[in-house]
Amino acid sequence: MINNLKILYHQGKQYIPDVTTVDVPGIFRGRPIISKTVVDENKLINVCPTGAIGANPVSIDLGKCTFCGECTFAFPEKISFTKDYKISANSRTDLIIKEGEESQILLNPEQIRTEIYNFFSGSLKLRQVSAGGDNSCEWELNAAGNVNFDMGRFGIEFVASPRHADGIVITGPISENMAEPLQICYDAVPDPKIIILAGTDAISGGIFDGSQALNREFLKKYHIDLYVSGNPVHPLTFINGVLSLIRTKK
Amino acid sequence: MNYIEVNNNQRISVFSIPVLEYDIFADVIANFLTKDIKYHCVNYFGFPEKGNVKLICCIADDSKHSINVLSSIVNSNDKLQSITTKHFALHIFEREIHENFGIDFIGHPWQKPVRYPFNRADKNNIIANYPFYKIESEELHEVGVGPIHAGVIEPGHFRFICNGEQILHLEIQLGYQHRGIEQLFLEKKNLLQRTTLAENIAGDTVVGHTVAFAQAWESLCDFKPSEALQFERVLALEHERIAIHTGDLSAICTDIAYQLGSSVFGRLRTPIINYFQQWCGNRLAKSLIRAGKTNFPFSEQLAEKWFEVINAYKPDFKEMSSEIFDMPSVLARLEKTGTVSTETATSIGTVGMTARASNLNRDIRFSHPAGFYQKLNYQPILGKTGDVHARAKLRMGEINASIELITKMLDKFPKHDIKENVMESPLADSFVVSLVEGWRGEICHCAITDENGELKMYKIKDPSLHNWLALALSVRNNEISDFPICNKSFNLSYCGNDL
Ligand code: SF4
Repeated sequence: MINNLKILYHQGKQYIPDVTTVDVPGIFRGRPIISKTVVDENKLINVCPTGAIGANPVSIDLGKCTFCGECTFAFPEKISFTKDYKISANSRTDLIIKEGEESQILLNPEQIRTEIYNFFSGSLKLRQVSAGGDNSCEWELNAAGNVNFDMGRFGIEFVASPRHADGIVITGPISENMAEPLQICYDAVPDPKIIILAGTDAISGGIFDGSQALNREFLKKYHIDLYVSGNPVHPLTFINGVLSLIRTKK
Repeated sequence: MNYIEVNNNQRISVFSIPVLEYDIFADVIANFLTKDIKYHCVNYFGFPEKGNVKLICCIADDSKHSINVLSSIVNSNDKLQSITTKHFALHIFEREIHENFGIDFIGHPWQKPVRYPFNRADKNNIIANYPFYKIESEELHEVGVGPIHAGVIEPGHFRFICNGEQILHLEIQLGYQHRGIEQLFLEKKNLLQRTTLAENIAGDTVVGHTVAFAQAWESLCDFKPSEALQFERVLALEHERIAIHTGDLSAICTDIAYQLGSSVFGRLRTPIINYFQQWCGNRLAKSLIRAGKTNFPFSEQLAEKWFEVINAYKPDFKEMSSEIFDMPSVLARLEKTGTVSTETATSIGTVGMTARASNLNRDIRFSHPAGFYQKLNYQPILGKTGDVHARAKLRMGEINASIELITKMLDKFPKHDIKENVMESPLADSFVVSLVEGWRGEICHCAITDENGELKMYKIKDPSLHNWLALALSVRNNEISDFPICNKSFNLSYCGNDL
């Protein structure tokens, strides 16, 4: 017992006091900025492994980007990544960052369903479904609940049963073999319910786009409430994205 | 000669692999594997070739540090004598070949599906009607768990047959995570796409799989990475081991409801993975490893930073880990739970830390060291009891060993002072085996190029492919409530198995 208390004491304070403003250590690649510098666009587009870079105007789709950074190594004068980890959106097109844009990505309040604020602003229980996820996003979602990030302080938690959940968080490009379990799980969540796509693979298929082993039909059927970018999503990206979804009042 | 002897990452002409009649092929393999424990099969697979199926088998010789490769050409309608009947560890490979091509292996005890790949031979086999083993009895009951589990983890289905609280039998059915990754290696043509695929094979073993890919690719291109590149890969592999083992100790504590251990190991993992972010911008080291180059050269500052992180980690880790291995209430849950005997571990062909915890010495860093590992002379740590306790303790031991290893490496490390050679494209008609000891164990990638130097076959083996059966066997006669800690003590990969 004494030993346990000692250990407890030695931990000091581990939680991040303000997860909305904290700085991430190191060289995190978050929201990119694309300058107006003229470069060989074809060359730039061909660098990207997932077709995330578009032309006219040059843009990066954060729903496809794997944040590998190769474009900025090849064209440092054109593309740079900021450490801004708030890279979630509730409209798919808002994840496309165009040349010259330097503003933060904000959720579009018009598109947030009224039920969300009314029911979930103080407490949101989520069922996570990994559908071909590579266990990196799953890891980071678990980390979002650990003592450092402590998402539970906002009433946001992952639960075991879909029947206790207010929505699902999908990771992975949705394999054919997971298509049915995903549907069953979603159907088991009581209304009103939300859908969050976490990570590049879930949002666009990522590097798996075009694989014959996928079945992404599920996504065509329902409204997606939140897209959280990342490969994998950073815990801070997830927490901030969900917070703005449930706390924004129309 | 019935086989060709190659080294880890040695490119050979695909034509130099002897092609044998199947019966001889099977005999040679069985002879090796039943002769001496120093032999084990690191990969055995088939791929379509000119309307037939070409089988390639790679048998590692742990004492000679080499790999014996042999092949055979068969037809998908063939009925072949199973080698599993003589050496059980091959069961999973024959199951896979059966599933992919429809070849029947006579005498195989259970030719069940491995992952329901999209291009399987029999499309009528679907994942929803997997043929589970059954025991008819009024006293027994079945418990089905998954594919979606209680926690935030990957999907897979566990079917228990229980007598009251006691598990008689567990069958693990996988395949939910199948993304067609081996096929994508052939379809996506550029190197960065393939590297990205390698990073996504198993997101908890980014460094392990990407190093296996990078080294396979470089060998195909006859490219020799500089010392600095080789050094960085080993550093990253060992750092990944520290990170995951720490996280898994936290998970084991969670499952025995020891909150303090769970929180402390959980938070200790944070600075370790944040170090990867400081190095390359990604907490799981995606983007760090590249074939033929690096975008994030290691530096004196990074070395200093590493010491800073580890010096803060060490005392707290030591305090917490001594506590858990000293507390009777923790030990009572870990000891004699989920035991895999040395005999079982050997017969089913376990690898990596699962094998080592059962006193079976399988460690590629020791048996087939490549690159910088050749300089390090790493001596594996072995456990004795093969239970959850042994696997947990092994993790603690390996964390300390990795810290020691990196500390030694940083004493004087190679810099990027010379420019890397230019890496050309892969050479034609080549074959390579690439082995890496990831934190779970032996990762094996095999690649073959065609007459134009294009990839025509890419085969990935995650250590989990061998080790899932160890989990299934370990829980027999245990209480079903002990399943979670058994599971966490192995922490196997679903997507690594399903690909
Ligand atoms: S960082 Fe994103 S946009 Fe740039 S090359 Fe990588 S995937 Fe493409």
